[in-house]
Amino acid sequence: MNGIDVREAITQAHRAEWARVVAALTRRFGDLDIAEEAAAEAFATAVERWPADGVPPNPGAWLTTTAGRKAIDRIRRENKRDDKHREARMVYDDDPPEPVGAIDDDRLRLIFTCCHPALAMEARVALTLRMVAGLTMPEIARAFLVAESAMGQRITRAKAKIKAARIPYRMPSAEDLPARVSGVLAVLYLVFNEGYLATGPGTDPVRRELTAEAIRLTRLIRVLLPGDGEVAGLLALMLLTEARRPARVSAGGELVALDEQDRGAWDTALIAEGHRLVRERLAAAAAGAAPGRFQILAAINAVHTSARDMRDTDWSQVLALYDQLVRLDPSPVVALNRAIAVAELDGPEVALAAVDRLESRLAGYHAYHATRADLLRRLGRGREARAAYDTAIGLAGNTAEIAALTRRRDQLP
Amino acid sequence: MRYLFSVIHDRPGLATPEEDAAIDVFNDRLQAEGHWVFAGGLASPGTATVVDNRGGAAMVTDGPFLESKEFLAGFWIIEAADLDVALRLAAEGSKACNRKVEVRPFA
Repeated sequence: MNGIDVREAITQAHRAEWARVVAALTRRFGDLDIAEEAAAEAFATAVERWPADGVPPNPGAWLTTTAGRKAIDRIRRENKRDDKHREARMVYDDDPPEPVGAIDDDRLRLIFTCCHPALAMEARVALTLRMVAGLTMPEIARAFLVAESAMGQRITRAKAKIKAARIPYRMPSAEDLPARVSGVLAVLYLVFNEGYLATGPGTDPVRRELTAEAIRLTRLIRVLLPGDGEVAGLLALMLLTEARRPARVSAGGELVALDEQDRGAWDTALIAEGHRLVRERLAAAAAGAAPGRFQILAAINAVHTSARDMRDTDWSQVLALYDQLVRLDPSPVVALNRAIAVAELDGPEVALAAVDRLESRLAGYHAYHATRADLLRRLGRGREARAAYDTAIGLAGNTAEIAALTRRRDQLP
Repeated sequence: MRYLFSVIHDRPGLATPEEDAAIDVFNDRLQAEGHWVFAGGLASPGTATVVDNRGGAAMVTDGPFLESKEFLAGFWIIEAADLDVALRLAAEGSKACNRKVEVRPFA
């Protein structure tokens, strides 16, 4: 096996096994710090040894065993200093050896711990990317435009709280489960959205590494919780959104709106997979399961990705889905997106009236002003449209979006 | 694992009879299920006195150590296996006493 193959094997193993190794060690040693550090050391050892010794037949087992030894080494070192408590835990670790099938549950435990509602949202995101996705501290810091030391502190503080407040490492109780699953999905959706429309000017406008990571983690949750409709819904929503990514930024670096996208560039395999999931949820809904927010959003995206072009879109279907969503989530952002469908069905004037009603709540949101600007432009109210574009440009953070808004403003007659 | 539930309030006035009754029901449950350690409601912050004897001569000051809009109205000390259990109990406690509850582990 040559060097490139070994490197590829290590990358593969990292992607496939990191969460499993961290989860198994956390269970065994009851400590996220030890688990994280030992897992990192095990992968470093693989980088050192595999090129000479060859890739082991079962990389996951090799990594878990190696990491376990590293953890025990570290605990011994610390015990020599003073911590009798840790020694007791290690010596009297009477957990039976894990049957293979239960290891997946460990990963789920790890995810629920990292996304615990007692942690701040930004800490949940950082912990999940580090402990579950295996991103390095510099990678996470870069992803959220935070200094590495600040990101390190955020993760350290979160781990300290988990330990001191005893945030449990186990499946939530049945009564807590729906709320806890939606907490996990909120973290993944946030990571995905930051990748799909980066909020800051200091990064690429669309960040493949974050959308890919969010999809990978959601796929994992889907494997672990196959019966959960919202998990399927979020995965479908991500796939159907990601499918449009190739058409989303023009060669000139502008964000391309849905009506101007080259639909031939959309990823048909992702669309097919997303549609399959949406059909699965539609069947469940027909059998009486009330769809949640992500399932409805996925269905809206399924309508868009089924249309050959903007005119071919089944807007009455889109509007009906938004009506359903508004009942579930009466937030002004949902109402704003609903108004866009109204514009296609009842014209820009009706839509503008609906949008204007949201002013008090959305005045600081760039998409509110961008939507208004587009509607005013379609109504031929150029001066007002220009002012709305100006406000939107001032509030927007994404460079490609600013470029698109600027062009639209400059093309006003 | 022990947790302190601090009852946070921002208006004058002690618990109403209805709130007291709901708190009694909640306390009975804590005792029946083995979570109970100790609990108490406090008189208004205006009744507090602060004593500072760090310097050798005890300084006595009328009033709470911190004038703030929100104050401690009472507390529970409970025993729970982990934070999930504690948070669930805190949700019930908050409902019973009709006030916010801060959950904090003992070190």
